[in-house]
Amino acid sequence: MKSILSQQQVALSIKRLAHNILENHLELNDTVIIGIQPRGIYVSDRIVNELKALIDPAKIRYGKLDITFYRDDVRKELKIANKTDISFSIENKSVVIIDDVLWTGRTIRAALDALLDFGRPAKVELCVLIDRRFSRELPIHADYVGRTIDTFPSQKVLVHWKEKDGVDDVVLI
Amino acid sequence: MKLSTRHLLGIKDLTKEDIQLILSTAQQFKEVLQRPVKKVPSLRDVTIVNLFYENSTRTRMSFELAERRLSADTLNFAASTSSAAKGETLLDTVNNILSMKVDMVVMRHSASGAPHFLAKHIPAAIVNAGDGINEHPTQGLLDAFSMTEKKGTLEGLKVAIIGDVMHSRVAQSNIYLLKKMGAEILVAGPPTLIPKYIKEAHGVNVTYNVMEALQWCDVANVLRIQLERQNQPLFSSLREYNLAYGIKRSMLDKLNKEIVIMHPGPINRGVELDSDVADGPHSIILNQVENGVAVRMAVLYLLANREN
Repeated sequence: MKSILSQQQVALSIKRLAHNILENHLELNDTVIIGIQPRGIYVSDRIVNELKALIDPAKIRYGKLDITFYRDDVRKELKIANKTDISFSIENKSVVIIDDVLWTGRTIRAALDALLDFGRPAKVELCVLIDRRFSRELPIHADYVGRTIDTFPSQKVLVHWKEKDGVDDVVLI
Repeated sequence: MKLSTRHLLGIKDLTKEDIQLILSTAQQFKEVLQRPVKKVPSLRDVTIVNLFYENSTRTRMSFELAERRLSADTLNFAASTSSAAKGETLLDTVNNILSMKVDMVVMRHSASGAPHFLAKHIPAAIVNAGDGINEHPTQGLLDAFSMTEKKGTLEGLKVAIIGDVMHSRVAQSNIYLLKKMGAEILVAGPPTLIPKYIKEAHGVNVTYNVMEALQWCDVANVLRIQLERQNQPLFSSLREYNLAYGIKRSMLDKLNKEIVIMHPGPINRGVELDSDVADGPHSIILNQVENGVAVRMAVLYLLANREN
């Protein structure tokens, strides 16, 4: 087991990602944040909390998107559907979708399909805590990355969160 | 995570966990139905045939819509306009349809047990959309979904099933489901329309006094009088049925509580329900219809996704 991010590094990465998003979307005027269910929500919750400390919280439009029904492997394994909660229009908005780990790109492909059923955004960007390089199965890249790592397909990246696992860290096994 | 059964033939075969899984999945599909694009690609590689040997409006349309919302390909079959009218057997008809590479069959039939018969003979997943006087499982599930939505939980909920219990597959599915989920049930109606051994068979209480049932319950699920299934009169006239067993606004006004009125449709207005009850503030009849699509999407999704 190899540590990728310690508790302190997770906190710093999230702070940096929040600042990176704000650099490109000042005051989030025409920007919305969407976390991907189920595990991306932990990162997006943290990033949104950081954003709330930096700008007027009333300006932040934050939604959660479940992609279960858009997966391309539904016939192989049935996942429990999670809650989707997007209470605002994404029409002509810049959307920043947030997930914990970018690996094959299939989850993000499904997320893009799901997102487009809510309207036509002006632009979509991707923010991830961990980018597993060289393992993409689709042409998808992240705009904001906490840490880029090289892995073998047989390895697993585990992202732990205090509220669920008792500790914040990222490990490779 | 999967259902414990390959087909949905009746609520009788489902576990409590199956029911919870279907209802929670339906909740997510209900959200999908509120979106600008009310459609997901989940079942785009699945072909479903709707095999209706008996007339139906809302169940058939609800299944069709659910299938399309899941991006499945659909085929519709009505017995009256098919070779069944020329004497083709059920199994021959279905085997011919299956030769066209159909994955699932949604079936309504006037004979109790028809979908069970099919399940034994063909490889496709079968969804029972109502078989004779036996079961109507998706109606039971959508009723449960609507009750949960309105009252929060089924556990300990007092549900009165009122009317033609004898001929009602909806009543049967409701009783199985509500008992599994911990609700209390009272059936009410004329003695001739309540099966004699229902208490022994299902452990539910019986009253022949509709007002007593209304006073007791949180939810009144009122059933249609199914004249088409009665080969001899079981009550004197529709007018007298309404006078003795129909739900009227004045009865609800006398109750010192909020009550939910449900009906699986189609309503015989002025017989089992007066119009001002059917269209009144207590009624969630149209919510039931709306929820039917989400519940049927959940059932089809969960059955189509099984690795067989």
